[in-house]
Amino acid sequence: MQPTPMVNKQRSDEPLLSVKNLHTHFPLDEGTVVAVDGASFELYAGQTLGIVGESGCGKSVAARSILGILDKPGIVVDGEIHFRRTQDNEAGESIDLAGQDPNGEVVRSIRGGEISYIFQEPMTSFSPVHTVGNQIIEAIRLHRDVSKSEARTIAVEMLGLVGIPSPETRVDEYAFQLSGGLRQRAMIAMSLSCNPTLLIADEPTTALDVTTQAQILDLLRRLQDEYNMAIMMITHDLGVIAEMADHVVVMYLGQVVESAPVDDIFHNPKHPYTKALLESIPRMDGVRQEKLASITGSVPHPYDRPTGCPYNPRCEAFIEGVCNTKMPELSLVGENHQVSCFLYKGA
Amino acid sequence: MVQVEETPERKLLEVKNLRKFFPIRRGIMQKEVGAVRAVDDVSFFINEGETLGLVGESGCGKTTTSRCILRAVSPTSGEIIYRTEDGETVDVVTMPRAQLRGLRRDMQLIFQDPFSSLNPRMTLMDIVGEPLLVHGLGNKKEREERVAELLSLVGLRPEYMRRFPHAFSGGQRQRIGIARALATHPRLIVADEPVSALDVSVQAQVLNLLLDLQRDLGLTYLFVAHDLSVVRHISDRVAVMYVGKIVELAPTDELFANPKHPYTAALLSAVPEPDPRRRSNRVVLQGEVANPADPPSGCYFHPRCEHATDVCRVEAPSLVEVEPNHYVSCHHAKELRLAGVAVND
Repeated sequence: MQPTPMVNKQRSDEPLLSVKNLHTHFPLDEGTVVAVDGASFELYAGQTLGIVGESGCGKSVAARSILGILDKPGIVVDGEIHFRRTQDNEAGESIDLAGQDPNGEVVRSIRGGEISYIFQEPMTSFSPVHTVGNQIIEAIRLHRDVSKSEARTIAVEMLGLVGIPSPETRVDEYAFQLSGGLRQRAMIAMSLSCNPTLLIADEPTTALDVTTQAQILDLLRRLQDEYNMAIMMITHDLGVIAEMADHVVVMYLGQVVESAPVDDIFHNPKHPYTKALLESIPRMDGVRQEKLASITGSVPHPYDRPTGCPYNPRCEAFIEGVCNTKMPELSLVGENHQVSCFLYKGA
Repeated sequence: MVQVEETPERKLLEVKNLRKFFPIRRGIMQKEVGAVRAVDDVSFFINEGETLGLVGESGCGKTTTSRCILRAVSPTSGEIIYRTEDGETVDVVTMPRAQLRGLRRDMQLIFQDPFSSLNPRMTLMDIVGEPLLVHGLGNKKEREERVAELLSLVGLRPEYMRRFPHAFSGGQRQRIGIARALATHPRLIVADEPVSALDVSVQAQVLNLLLDLQRDLGLTYLFVAHDLSVVRHISDRVAVMYVGKIVELAPTDELFANPKHPYTAALLSAVPEPDPRRRSNRVVLQGEVANPADPPSGCYFHPRCEHATDVCRVEAPSLVEVEPNHYVSCHHAKELRLAGVAVND
C-alpha cells in the first residue's frame, strides 16, 4: 500500500514527522495481534494532528511505536518513521526512528527531549516515591546540560507556566498530594521542560472532569502558540478533536480509514465509519432525537480480523464480493483528503 | 424520552433533606475531627416513568446520593420516600433491614464498569439468575426460562446462557448487567455511569436499549453521569450537583437552553462541541472544586464564580423555584442572563 503524498501550501514544506506504512505486531502464544497495520500520516511543525478511533484501533500503539516504548512483546515489523531534528543545532536532518534501537543513544536523546509524551493517567505515570520536582529535574538534566539548582529553577518556572499555584512549594510535593488536574498540569510541565518540537498527548484529558479538561486544552493551545510545537493528539472524544486538531486521522483496526483537514472530517466525512461515528454521539445542541444512530456490532477481536476491508462486517454500504475480498487503499478524494473505501474511485 | 406530561404525575420517589457525612477520624483514639459532607441537604423527586439525570463532576456526591437511595450506605439524616407497587409510601432511611430485601426487588442498580461488575467464574445463567435465587423466585426451570427471556430482551442470544463473561465485549457485558438488573421486575433503576466505560458506537446502542426498555416496561430511571450530552439525550429532567448540593434542577431542554446557575452555564460551555466551526470562546472555570471536608463559606461555588458578590460569601443560597419546575440555588438567579446551548439548529 503506497500512501499518496499530501500537498498543502499553508504548511511548512517538509513534515516534522512522517510515518509511512507502519506495521506493529504483538506476537503472543495464542497468535499475532496486528495492532497497527500499514498506517501512514504526517505532522507539520506548529500544527495539531488528531488521531481518533475506538479502543483497540491501534492509535496508542502507533504513537508508542514512534518513541520505541511499546509494551512487550510489541515490535515494529515494517514501515518508516521519519523525524526531522530541528532542536538546538540539528540542521533539520531527518532520521528514521523505526530503524533505530529503541534503547540506543539516538532514541534516548530524542525521547523526552525533542519528542515528549503525555500519558492518559498522570497518577500512574509519576513515581509515588519521588517528589514531582525531582522527577522533572531528572528529565531536564538528562537532556540539557545544566546544574541541579538550575534545573530546579527551570522546574519551578515550568510548573508556574502551566498554572500550578505556588510552584515553589508544589515542586517538593508528591504526585498523590496533587489533584487530578494539577497532576496532569505537572505532567505537561515535565514534558515541556526540554522544549520538545513534538508533543504526543495520549488521551490527556480522558480521566479529567469537563471543567478541568477545558483548562488543560486551553493550556495546551496557548503553549503550542508560544513554542510552535507540533502536537499529536490521541483521543476517542470527537469534541476534543474538533476543538484542537488541524488535521485528523481516523483509525479502525490498525488502519487509517480517513485522513482530512478537521473541517472536512466534521462537515464532509467520506468513510462510512467516520460518518457513523459522528452520528452516534449525542449532541449538546439542536432538537433531541428519539433514537441515536448506532453502529451494529462491535470492534472485532484482534485475533479474528475480517478479510478485506476491516470495517466491512459493520458497514452499511457493504458491497458483497468487493469489500470482503479486497483491501481498499488510501486515495485522494479532495485537497488533503484521503479515504480508504471502495465507494470512492481509486481505492 | 417518554414524557408523561398528560397523565397526572405520580411521585415514585421523593428525597427530602438527604445528608450523608463520612467522619474523618484521627489519632489513636480515632477521635472524630471532622466530616466529609458528601451529600449535604439534597431534595428532589422522581415521577413514575420518567428519567432524572444527576450530573456533576467527580466528588460532587452524585454516586453517594444514588447509594443512599438503595440504602447501600445509610444516610446521616433525611427522608427517602418510596411509593411501593400497592400505593403505600415507605421511608427507606428508617426501614428495618429485614424489610429492605423486599424493597430491593423494586429498585435495582446498573454499574459503571462492565468488566469488574460481573463475576468471571459465573456463567450468564448464574449472573442473571442470581437475583431470582436471592429473592426465592421460581424453581430452576422457571429461572432458566426467565433468564432466556431477559437475555433476548437486552439483545443477547439465549444460547449464550452457559458462557462466561470473558467471551463478551464491553457493550455485551453492559447488556448482561442490564439483564441482571431487570430480573426481579424492578420499577426503579439506578444507573450509575452506565455508558462511560463504553466506546461511542457501543454507547449509542446501550442508550437506545435503555430507552426501549423504559418504554416497554414502564421503568423509572435515576441516571447518574458526568457526560452532559448523554444526560441530555436520555433525561426528562436534570439535577446538577456541586460539592454535595443540588445547585439547579429543571426539565432537560430548559436547563440546557436556559441555565440559571453560573456553575451549570460553565459546565455546559466546558463541553467541547463536535464541530470545528464553533470553537468556542468559552468561560473556562478557574480553580478547583471545593473540598467537601472544608467547604468555603456562603455559596460553595463563590470562589470560582465570576458573578459572586458579598452576599454569596456569607450566606448560603437555598434551592428555590424561579420558574415553574425550574429550581436554582443562587442569590442572583433572577438577574443573571447566562448562555445555554442552542436548541434549534
